[in-house]
Amino acid sequence: MKHVANWTLNAAASQGATYADVRVIAQRSRALSTKNGKVGSASDSESVGMNVRVIVDGAWGFAASAELGRGAVEATAARAVEIAKASARVKKENVRLAPEKPAIAEWSTPYTIDPFTISVEQNIELLLRIDAELRSVAGITLAETNLNFSREEQWFASSEGADIHQTKLSTGAGYAAYAFAGSEIQKRSYPNSFGGQWQNKGYELIEELKLVENARRIAEEAVALHKADQCPEGKFDIILDSSQLGLQIHESVGHPIELDRVLGMEANFAGTSFLTLDKLRTLRYGSDLVNVVADARQEHGPGLGTFGFDDEGVAAQCTPIITNGLFTGYLSSRETAHTIGETRSGGTMRAEGWNRLPMIRMTNISLLPGERPLSLEQLIAATDHGILMHTNRSWSIDDKRYNFQFGCEIGWEIKNGKRVRMVKNPSYSGITTEFWNSLDVICSRDDWTLWGTPNCGKGQPQQVMGTGHGAAPARFRGIKVGSAFKGN
Amino acid sequence: MLTKEQAGDVFDRIRKLSSADEVEVLFSGGRFALTRFANNTIHQNVAEENHVVSVRTVFGGRTARATTNKFDDESLQQVVRSSESLARVQHADPDLLPVPDARFAGGADEASAPTQARYFDATAAISPQSRADGVKKIVDVADRHKLTAAGVFSSGEYFEGIFNSRGLRRWHTQTSAEVSITMLAADSSGWQKANSPDVANLDPLRLAETAAQKAVETAHPREVPAGKHTVILEPAAVLDIVGFMFWDYSGMAILDQRSFLTGRIGSRLFGENVTIVDDVAHPLQAGSPFDGEGVLRKKVGLVENGVVKQVVYARSTAERMKRSEYKDSVGPIGATGHGFPLPNEMGEMPLNIVFAPAGDPQTIEQMIASTERGILVTRLWYIREVEPFEKVLTGMTRDGTFLVENGRLQGGVRNFRFNESLIHMLSNIEAMSVPVRACGEESFDMVVPAMKVKEFNFTEVTKF
Repeated sequence: MKHVANWTLNAAASQGATYADVRVIAQRSRALSTKNGKVGSASDSESVGMNVRVIVDGAWGFAASAELGRGAVEATAARAVEIAKASARVKKENVRLAPEKPAIAEWSTPYTIDPFTISVEQNIELLLRIDAELRSVAGITLAETNLNFSREEQWFASSEGADIHQTKLSTGAGYAAYAFAGSEIQKRSYPNSFGGQWQNKGYELIEELKLVENARRIAEEAVALHKADQCPEGKFDIILDSSQLGLQIHESVGHPIELDRVLGMEANFAGTSFLTLDKLRTLRYGSDLVNVVADARQEHGPGLGTFGFDDEGVAAQCTPIITNGLFTGYLSSRETAHTIGETRSGGTMRAEGWNRLPMIRMTNISLLPGERPLSLEQLIAATDHGILMHTNRSWSIDDKRYNFQFGCEIGWEIKNGKRVRMVKNPSYSGITTEFWNSLDVICSRDDWTLWGTPNCGKGQPQQVMGTGHGAAPARFRGIKVGSAFKGN
Repeated sequence: MLTKEQAGDVFDRIRKLSSADEVEVLFSGGRFALTRFANNTIHQNVAEENHVVSVRTVFGGRTARATTNKFDDESLQQVVRSSESLARVQHADPDLLPVPDARFAGGADEASAPTQARYFDATAAISPQSRADGVKKIVDVADRHKLTAAGVFSSGEYFEGIFNSRGLRRWHTQTSAEVSITMLAADSSGWQKANSPDVANLDPLRLAETAAQKAVETAHPREVPAGKHTVILEPAAVLDIVGFMFWDYSGMAILDQRSFLTGRIGSRLFGENVTIVDDVAHPLQAGSPFDGEGVLRKKVGLVENGVVKQVVYARSTAERMKRSEYKDSVGPIGATGHGFPLPNEMGEMPLNIVFAPAGDPQTIEQMIASTERGILVTRLWYIREVEPFEKVLTGMTRDGTFLVENGRLQGGVRNFRFNESLIHMLSNIEAMSVPVRACGEESFDMVVPAMKVKEFNFTEVTKF
């Protein structure tokens, strides 16, 4: 692919680009699913193409093409230059890129078993076994399962001399059981809702998840919810399981720290952020126990935000976001780093594919576990009265990321250190900083999971990206519970 | 762009490469460009071209799909091989029907579909320079009002096609242009968005002026307590919230018992002033006249005077429904041309929603004038389903939320969180405007009116 990169960069330079980078990408994916004992979908797809991003007259241009012949890529480079010249007609100042030493590197996701080597028959058999377990429970009216694998190979080169070949692999799996009765639909999912668990690793993830072993319990819980009491309304201490806490981190920490949002670049669609620049190193985001990092490095774990280099050729990094409760860092890019006084990008630019522009995306935004050994069961035992909530069912947050409301699939009321009853339709709401300042206990490393969110939407045209969120169960004091059902 | 004739040649090559009992090939793609601006500057400006071929093969009731964007011989050979090897290891699906021929798909070719022309040369010809000129005019409006503008101006031309081994050949081309504008002030904002296949129908300057006016007039928003309020929802807000119920107007959703219409078809669920059809041929609609199997889309009356009359069907869903326990309680059953490409889990969905005009339409100004106390909502945001059977949805207001008192706008208010049942909302409509083509960010484009709704359930207020 080196020749494609050279044709592109030469064409861009000859037409006046002062900076150019090119990405050539080949993606392959497989999606398998079942529904009520039948295969729901079985599909393979591949997509190959290239893009070129240029700066001309101090403004950006970008063009992408599925054609990789010399004439096509040179025409694509010319189109990007033409577009950049048009951009320059409406600008206030020139684009400034933070310096980055050009990397020449190879990187790939570590894995044990290539998921594409596992036969489709074996995968379908696994999904149908799970499906049969779910539907063996009386009262289950709909069972859905899924397996997803993807591989992305990317060649990145820039006019500054970067030359990076990177291959990323991801695997995802999950299932859901629905119980419809009377005028109520209840649902339980495993290991998480909205497609289950996703990580950047191989088929070994599927073996670790114990999918079949948990199916009957999940189905029984979906049915049992029909007889459970409605979750009470009022102010309660709540304990969130790690998957729900992962989504809470995503929505109320991950998005507001995106520097492009803060600077107004997403104002028309995804919104802006309450984290204006004056809040860096001055805002008490959470209680002293809250330590959040943005860590794209492999040593953080196989999250969907783990890579060797971002899509600007910047090496993966760990940025402290919240340090002992104090807000300490944003997600940045080469273009935005200078706005927070940084001399180097935080390395967070990623694009959905060959036909999309890289932009600031969450890497692995993780809440570090508590240092004192503490399991979820020990945390429950140490709670006088509260609500334990598991597995997200609905999520919503305003466009500056202040006011949020989450619903979960299942809850338990805790009294005197014991789960005393299951409750249905649990939900909670609040204001981001008030919520994180109410955190008083986090479980320790043994209960910490690096969850994958495969469906984060952002940008125009919209791009879907995978992000990682590590969390252990944690307790929050005096949280508003149940307003989702107030008045209905 | 790929032409129907070129696609036909590709299909013939694929047909020769396949040993399957049946072959169906979908084509899609086109050229798309988007100019994005923020802080009164073009900060992202992109263009792409892509063509995709997707092959479904069938062996004795077993089917699967493989997709590629490469059209060379080796890639086509590979995509056929992938589709066939996936299909061969499936379990036979007793509900899978043979691919349709033209006779069973509603007509000989797509020309028999009663859609308007949706390809406009002027839209396809929009250049980066003309998009930049359009953005410049929008930014000039922002500068004049001392505001900051953000948004997009996009344009493109697209095709969709379907060919199968029973001789069905469908092709649709379309253009689209879109302008979306947010005007930001220190503590307020305003928003407008519009799209059309014909760029001549867009008026970026008018959109910019309206968005700017909203930002200026909602400055220094006050806090109004949450509670049940009369609301005036502009068309984009109506679109965003009602869009969440149309996944349920599907035969498959009824069979799966995941639809809020289960057991409710034929009963009055909404107010008598609510009538909804799905009509791809409506002059304000867009999209192709055929579904994922090539069946021509029929006009379907979903709701009549508040009574849910029927849902839409893919071919195999209709056959399953005719054999099901629901067959006598779901209204007319038959393929309506709303199926997704096979194989899939969701079945079908209406995508060309049109609300019928009210008997006594009112303008938004008239709705304001008749309101003693209420909230005018420009746009909703981050809507999610809280409870699926009563269709309780949560979300936020955004970018232009006004207090209405004594028949007049009284400035901006802080944004609300709502938790509202769609059934409740559509039973409490006090007035509607003439339906218009609307677009938002939470749902697909549709033809909807503005609505004045009583007792809309706001549960919280945010900080801005």
